[in-house]
Amino acid sequence: MFDDLTAPSRRSLLAMIGRAGGSLAMYQAMTSLGHAADSQFSGPPKLSGARPGASVLVLGAGIAGLLSAYELMKAGYKVQILEFQGRTGGRNWTLRGGDTVTEIGGATQTVGFAPGNYLNPGPWRLPYHHQTMLHYCDELGVELEPFVQLNNNAFIHSAKAFGGKPQRHRELVVDFNGHVSELMAKALNQGALDQQISKEDKEKLLVAMREWGVLDKSDRYTSSIHVADRRGYDRAPGGGVGGAPIASSVNGLSDVLDSKVWNLIGFYLEYVMQQTMFQPKGGMGRIGDAFVKKVGHLIRLNTRVTRITQDDKGVAAEWTDAKTGQTGTARADFMVCTIPASILAQIPIQVSAAKQAAIKALPYNSSVKIGLEMKSRFWEKKYHIYGGHSFTDQAINLISYPSMGFFSKGPAVLLGGYPFGLGAYMLSGMTPEKRIEEALRQGSVLHEEYRDEFLKGVSVAWSRQPWIMGCCAEWTEQTRAAHYQNLASIDGRIVLAGEHVSYYGCWQEGAATSAIDAVTRLHQRALAA
Amino acid sequence: MSLTAAPRLILLAAAVVAFAGGTRPAAVSAQDKPGNKAAVEPASAGRELYEQICQACHMPDAKGGMGAGTGVPALAGNAHLADKTFVIARVWHGYGGMPRFGALLSPEQVAAVTTYVRSHFNAYPDPVTVEEVAKVADGAPPQVACNCTH
Repeated sequence: MFDDLTAPSRRSLLAMIGRAGGSLAMYQAMTSLGHAADSQFSGPPKLSGARPGASVLVLGAGIAGLLSAYELMKAGYKVQILEFQGRTGGRNWTLRGGDTVTEIGGATQTVGFAPGNYLNPGPWRLPYHHQTMLHYCDELGVELEPFVQLNNNAFIHSAKAFGGKPQRHRELVVDFNGHVSELMAKALNQGALDQQISKEDKEKLLVAMREWGVLDKSDRYTSSIHVADRRGYDRAPGGGVGGAPIASSVNGLSDVLDSKVWNLIGFYLEYVMQQTMFQPKGGMGRIGDAFVKKVGHLIRLNTRVTRITQDDKGVAAEWTDAKTGQTGTARADFMVCTIPASILAQIPIQVSAAKQAAIKALPYNSSVKIGLEMKSRFWEKKYHIYGGHSFTDQAINLISYPSMGFFSKGPAVLLGGYPFGLGAYMLSGMTPEKRIEEALRQGSVLHEEYRDEFLKGVSVAWSRQPWIMGCCAEWTEQTRAAHYQNLASIDGRIVLAGEHVSYYGCWQEGAATSAIDAVTRLHQRALAA
Repeated sequence: MSLTAAPRLILLAAAVVAFAGGTRPAAVSAQDKPGNKAAVEPASAGRELYEQICQACHMPDAKGGMGAGTGVPALAGNAHLADKTFVIARVWHGYGGMPRFGALLSPEQVAAVTTYVRSHFNAYPDPVTVEEVAKVADGAPPQVACNCTH
């Protein structure tokens, strides 16, 4: 292979490095060549040459299970998927008019949304660097559209700031930057930092503070037309005789600090929260649906797995049909188990004590999503909010506005609540009717038209979903250190996959990268057997 | 020499970085989340805490419910709850799908809610004390790697 003296192509060079140094070396090389730094994804797994007749049993038809089945099927394996629910997709899920949701405790909601309207109860946005998910959308023909993330014109509300009156995101961010830069400039001008920085850097930093914070000639943050060019106007620029803008008035530092706007400045700077974001047209569930078009014939629905065993010849999953009570045993050479750890911890499974401990050390957090169908897009027409999120420190945490169908007439669906933590437990513990009532009560603080405009609502409390009993796995640094590798390792003929076996918890990218890693290792194991 | 210089250098550099542990994965807090910190606070009384938190899964009647596995365990009439250490540890550290509450609740709150569950839904009237919680909690509350308790 080294006989060719011409310079190798980038691809063959990477392949060569991969063979010589393993995947980690190849990954390093890719990073140094400007690829892959923003994603571990380097293309779909290239599995081929499965032994004739070799079989894999996949448990769970969410993103990890569907992706595993699809790639293993392409590689030549005989695949079967068992799914507990009567639907496919797992947390990749879109609720539309006519769909039903039944919770632990038996409460059943029927979605009353108009045609075309939907709620994504689980994942709802795809960051640009989630290249695995974007790849499969491309490969499977799932059409994507922009998901509006940061909207400077949306609201920030805190009961303890501005007398509880919601403020525009733009105004608070500009005011925060302005006040902080004024204080910094003051400290610099007083020589308070002369011991810390050089004279040259001090001059540059002063210029930066003046420009970043829009300070006046006295290095103070005060109301002016220049500041209004960022935070907005009392009268916006226009044409004709009344065209001149009138500046808005800046808020005082104490009020701005009360709003804790820095939480949201930081939020939008997070790697996973940055633009560009996408969503599938018609709902996130389109991705699961697209996989099902490829592997749907392999899936057995309504199938509750009751015991998982293995020996040196193969794997077995005992099951009970949740509808008919019929029982059976599915067998295969190998298994990809994507059952959430919250459920798997309750199913007897024949794996090492270390893996058993890892499965049982993985609590699931709680979240809620509440969809509210409104008669019209009043948030667009009256508030000029087109997509993005308004935040509140009430239990609902946010209101998110639809990223599609702008300016259209007729009913549209808001995300009326999306809490984690205590807010999620509080809303989950209510009846579905009470959750809607709370979402309307709390949302009315931001939009007074809420109750007049409200048509239909639906909520999904993740800790009351019988098939997962939580939202997603919650690791700590201690449990990562003690259990992560034990959870990810191949145990005999069984490998686990899902967001819980990833460092991208709660994201589909975690489920997808985990599945690719799992089937790649399983394939190697199968060929070596 | 059959290998051009450039790729050999890259190969070497890659191997050095790999063996030096240059890519040791760090704990990340990358999960999806709402992005704001709610001002809601846990209650102090046992009954209110149960209604705020526990009944999200264990249901208002503490009878739990059916799931894909064995389901959400009932707390009502649950003999395990006779053992204070057992119930404190479950609440503080979590177990299986049960979340850990050591980061959300104080020892006082854990004492209050476990006392309520043991006495109201079971016949174990002796209260759980803060000292008993502290003994099980033993050290700092668990720090969740993701930012999901906000």
